[in-house]
Amino acid sequence: MPLDDQTPGQKPGEARQFKVVGTRPLRPDGIDKVTGRARFGADMSAPGMLIGRVLRSPHAHARIRSIDASKAEALEGVKAVVTRADFGAGDDDVADILDNCMAGEKALYDGHAVAAVAATSAAIARKALKLIDVDYETLPHVVDVDAAMKPDAPVLHEGLSDETVPDGVSQNVVHRVEFGHGDVEAGFAKADKVLERSFKTAATHQGYIEPHACLATMGTDGIADLWVCTQGHYMVRNTCAAILGIDQGKLRVTASEIGGGFGGKTTVFLEPVALALSRKANRPVKMTMTREEVLRATGPTSSTSIDVKIGMNKDGKITAASADLRYQGGAYQGSPADMGSMTAFAPYDLENVKTVGWDVVTNRPKAAAYRAPGAPMAAFAVESVVDELAKGFGLDPLDVRLKNAAREGTKSSYGPTFPAIGLEATLQAAKDHPHWKAPLGPNQGRGVACGFWFNFGGDTCVSLNITPDGTVTLSEGNPDIGGSRASMSMMAAEELGIPYDQVRTVIADTGALGQNEVTDGSRVTFAVGLATIKAARNAKKVLCERAAMVWGIDPEAVEWADGCARPAGDNAGKFPPMSLKEIAAIASNTGGPVAGHFEVNAEGAGVSFATHMVDTEVDPETGAVKVVRYTVFQDAGKAVHPAYVEGQFQGGAVQGIGWALNEEYIYGEDGRLQNPGFLDYRIPVASDLPMIDTVILEIPNPGHPYGVRGVGETSIVPPLAAIANSVSEAAGVRMTDLPMSPPKVLAAIQNG
Amino acid sequence: MVRIWGSLTSATDGQADVEIEATTLKELLDGLSEKYPAIRPQLQRGVSVSIDGKIYNDSWFQPIKPDSEVVLLRRIVGG
Repeated sequence: MPLDDQTPGQKPGEARQFKVVGTRPLRPDGIDKVTGRARFGADMSAPGMLIGRVLRSPHAHARIRSIDASKAEALEGVKAVVTRADFGAGDDDVADILDNCMAGEKALYDGHAVAAVAATSAAIARKALKLIDVDYETLPHVVDVDAAMKPDAPVLHEGLSDETVPDGVSQNVVHRVEFGHGDVEAGFAKADKVLERSFKTAATHQGYIEPHACLATMGTDGIADLWVCTQGHYMVRNTCAAILGIDQGKLRVTASEIGGGFGGKTTVFLEPVALALSRKANRPVKMTMTREEVLRATGPTSSTSIDVKIGMNKDGKITAASADLRYQGGAYQGSPADMGSMTAFAPYDLENVKTVGWDVVTNRPKAAAYRAPGAPMAAFAVESVVDELAKGFGLDPLDVRLKNAAREGTKSSYGPTFPAIGLEATLQAAKDHPHWKAPLGPNQGRGVACGFWFNFGGDTCVSLNITPDGTVTLSEGNPDIGGSRASMSMMAAEELGIPYDQVRTVIADTGALGQNEVTDGSRVTFAVGLATIKAARNAKKVLCERAAMVWGIDPEAVEWADGCARPAGDNAGKFPPMSLKEIAAIASNTGGPVAGHFEVNAEGAGVSFATHMVDTEVDPETGAVKVVRYTVFQDAGKAVHPAYVEGQFQGGAVQGIGWALNEEYIYGEDGRLQNPGFLDYRIPVASDLPMIDTVILEIPNPGHPYGVRGVGETSIVPPLAAIANSVSEAAGVRMTDLPMSPPKVLAAIQNG
Repeated sequence: MVRIWGSLTSATDGQADVEIEATTLKELLDGLSEKYPAIRPQLQRGVSVSIDGKIYNDSWFQPIKPDSEVVLLRRIVGG
């Protein structure tokens, strides 16, 4: 049976004609979510269930001399108390994760978990927490990345620096990376102008609406089940198994519906603690974080301090560029300084380029991934300097970007030579768009910026089953945070030639499929989509074999088209087409149930670019900034469900608006977080925003059967810079410190 | 020929491009580890490899052609 990537009748080189892909059917989770029927992390209960609560450090940095939980354990209704002593050493690979879930020798940040209680009610659990006596020895702390790098800074971990770190800096510097090529000093010497600026960005939280929550059951037989809100239940299974010293196969994890993740739910916080409490109490344990706990103890992104230097000629050609990027990753190694260093200059074709990244630890919660981790801050700094230089020469900022744009054959700043890429297409679309020529009002400015992200694939399993009545169920192993149930159903329907409403996609638990990478890296529509198409093709092969059996002809003489098995040509014989439903109805008579599955490590995902354009208005009396118009231009390869793609573009822009204008972790002199709530930590709401307009470009990704490219992350890369460029123009002064909150903007205007 | 990132050149006698005989990703990583032992800590921390512009994380038997462009990268992460 022919199983190529072309539709029947499609000639080589012609664009594939889709019937389902590219349409906008109703989302399968819509009714559940608007009626409240959808079950999120905190919506599951079990008979005999206990409530778990966590005791958290009130200190930014303290040695834990001792923990006395005897009074808590004696309280009626308390069934278990756990501290670090209840966990083994664990694998080295999860040592930091375990220490972040439950502190060992030291509490490393305000909000660090030091003990947990399971009790018969939340009230008893809270009362028990107050009875736990922790003897702390407070230590000096540091929360600022530049301060943490100084040789005399308080040290979080002795001996953590690796072989890449030079002498003379603090042990808080864990790792140093350097990328680039050419001779930047020679390049700067050739420039008509060299501009050097320093930038700061605040730590921001992913801001998902649903707090972390789970329900754990672990018996004395070592068999365990976990219901959890996560971006990757296979990751949860593997990590918890390593922390608790149990076999992965004995822990079944089921992902709940998810109220946002954005990268922040790609690790564990409560889950191993809930399992440890359940193991000790021999009862199910449910744990739910408050918003305050989410902000104090789960991963925000890094705060950063970045220096950028760019040389440019009068015609707009960049002669050299360099950046020094310092990222703090909270109390443990792993800030995305390396990703920032690789992505900073990726949109440009540069002869001379150098970036240096520094991974630094501070007394803050362990940084977690946040869409395109590390890239938005680097883009903010680089794109601000490109903008200032272009405007300084009186050049069109889009023309300057087009003049220097990376394209096919460009040796990228991080090493590889680019294949065909879509950056120029996004820049040209921006230049041709009416937004670029629209008049601006008083106190308004317009900014543009580019952004780059890698995307990846990873381990993926899909199982497609055909029911006796011919409807299709599809199981994937990735929590749906961006519309994957809709897009997988659409790709399966497209491939099988049946209507969209004949396919239902579910998120299977860890017992039902093989290993699946987390829903991250903009991977799901690309990788799970690829596996879905291949699984459907495997099912079609079986369907054709069944029809061949009935017709008494060779299976190779049968093809699949428009939802039916058909004789492949006149020589195959004349038989009326057999539909999927007809073949499904006789499956038991022809060999048994029909299914297709596919397992793959989907490597080789293509890179992604976007250009954003934004108009802002600055109130010169208060410094308040209003976003008045916003347009996103991004390459999606092929938009499977354009409404979801638009949603990804809009969501990235909106989170970028929050990051640029208002969101920040504010610490007091005591190192404690001052604003752990949505009243004081200000994320944008609908009334703050204009409609975010989107332009979807479709330059097919040759690495995917339908040309799909991941779109989930790139859209958060350009907004910080685009908004800063816009506000700087409106305010008449270059803004280099995020967030551009009203007091900061007003001070900048007043100080000139 | 494998291109490695700047700060890793301290493990390769200052060379940004190093020669390794390899027809697959696994042979490449094994060859690097053998020829330049100082690079092992980074290989253990994890790397991604760009082969002709496409990024690979784990696939040992991904073919490498004689004229392929191969670039060692920090392990790509995502959100």
